[in-house]
Amino acid sequence: MNWEEIFLALPKLLDGALLTLELVIISCIVGFVIAIPIALMRSSQNWWIRNIPLIYTFFFRGTPLLVQLFLFYYGAAQFDAVRDSFLWPVLREAYWCALIVFALNTGAYTAEIFRGAIQSIPHGEIEAGIAIGMTKMTLYRRIVIPRALRIAMPSYGNEIILMLKSSALAYTITLFDLTGMTRTIIARNYLAIEMYFTAGVIYLLLTFLFIQVWMRLEKRMLRFQA
Amino acid sequence: MIDLQGFGPQIAYGAWMTVQVALGGLVIGLIFGLAGAAAKLSPYAVLRGIGQSYTTVVRGIPEILVVLLVYFGGEDVINRIAENFGYDGYIEINVFVAGVTALGVSFGAYATEVFRGAIQSVPAGQIEAAVAIGMRSNQVFWRITLPQAMRLAIPGLGNLFQVLLKDTSLVSLIALPELMRNSAIAIQNTKEPFTFYFIAAVIYLLITSVVLVGQLYAERWANKGVKRASS
Repeated sequence: MNWEEIFLALPKLLDGALLTLELVIISCIVGFVIAIPIALMRSSQNWWIRNIPLIYTFFFRGTPLLVQLFLFYYGAAQFDAVRDSFLWPVLREAYWCALIVFALNTGAYTAEIFRGAIQSIPHGEIEAGIAIGMTKMTLYRRIVIPRALRIAMPSYGNEIILMLKSSALAYTITLFDLTGMTRTIIARNYLAIEMYFTAGVIYLLLTFLFIQVWMRLEKRMLRFQA
Repeated sequence: MIDLQGFGPQIAYGAWMTVQVALGGLVIGLIFGLAGAAAKLSPYAVLRGIGQSYTTVVRGIPEILVVLLVYFGGEDVINRIAENFGYDGYIEINVFVAGVTALGVSFGAYATEVFRGAIQSVPAGQIEAAVAIGMRSNQVFWRITLPQAMRLAIPGLGNLFQVLLKDTSLVSLIALPELMRNSAIAIQNTKEPFTFYFIAAVIYLLITSVVLVGQLYAERWANKGVKRASS
C-alpha cells in the first residue's frame, strides 16, 4: 500500500464523492416525486389506471441501468428530430442525462416499493377514513400516503443505498463522480489497488453515514409505536 | 423491420454470453453465499467476524467497483506477486473469469443474508426433534435444515438473480464480449446507437421476464407441500 499517494489523491476523490452525492440526492428527490403518483395509479381498482404505468416500471426495472444510460446519452443523438429540438442542449450534457436516467430508474423501483406499502395498509384504517366522511383527496393526504411512507421506510432506505451504488455508473458517460475520479487518477499513477481501495472506503463511509441518518429518521417517524 | 446490418449473429452471441456470465455468477455466488451464511452462523467469533466484514464491505461498495477491483486490482496483485518471484513478463487475467468472479462475490454477499435468514427461520423444534431421534449434526443439516431453508430462500434468491442478470451488463466495461459490449461494437460500425441499445434493452427484458416466470414455477414447486394461509 502506497499511503502517500492515497493521501495525495484524497482531495480529488472527495471532489468526486461530492458529485456522487449531488447526483444521488437530486435523483432521489425527483424519483420520489415521480414514484408517489405512479404508486397510487398502480394500486388503483381500475385495470387501465393500474396497468398503464406498468410499461414504465417494467422497462426501468427489467433492464440494466447501464443500458438505460447509454440509450439516453448515446441513443438520443441518433435522431435528427432530437438534435434539432429545444431539448438537445439538455440531452447533450452527460450530467443531465445521468440525472434524468437515475431519477426515472429510482422512480420506478420506488413506485413498486410504495405500491407494496399502500397495499399493506390495514383496510380498517381506510374504511375508518371513509366512515368519518373524508373525501378521496383527504383520505390520500391524511391516511394513505403518510401511512404508506412509514411502512416503506426500511425498503426505501435500501433503495437509496442501491442508488448510491448505482450512481458509480455515471463515469461511463464521462462524468467525474467518485468512480470517474478514481479511474482518472489511476490512469496517471497506475496504482489500481490503492485507488479503488480508497474509493471503496469512501463509498462504505457514505453508506454507513446514510444508514445512521436513516435509522434516526425511521425511529422519529415511527415514534408513535411502542 | 429493424435492419441489423449483419450484426444479428453477434448480438445473439452476446446475449448467450450474458446468460453464461449470469449462470456462472450464480454458481459462484451460491457457493459464497452458503459459505458466508455458515461463517455468520458459526460458533467461532473469528468466522462470524469474517462473514460480517464480507457482507458489510461488499454490500457497501458499488458492484462496478467490485468488477474493476477484481479485474484491474487482481491483475495488479498477481503481477506484483510474480515480480517478487522474479518473473518479469506481464500476466493478464481472463476477463470471463474476472467478471464471473466479481459478480459471484457481489451476489454471494447478498445471498449470505438470504441463506442466514432462511436457516434461522427453520423452527427450532424440528432441529430438536431430529437431534432427539439421534441424527448427527451433519444429518440434521442435510436432511432437515437445508431442504427447508432452500424453500424459504427461493424468493430472495430469485430477486438476487434478477439483480445479477442486470449486473452482467457491468462486465462489458472490462471488455467481455457480452450483450452490451457486442451492441457497442455494432454501434461503432453502424452509427445507430438507439437501435442497438434498444434491441439490447428488449433482450434484457426478455431474459428477466423468463427468469421471473421460472421463479414463480420454482416457488410453486417448492411450496407444494405447504398449506397456504387463507388468501
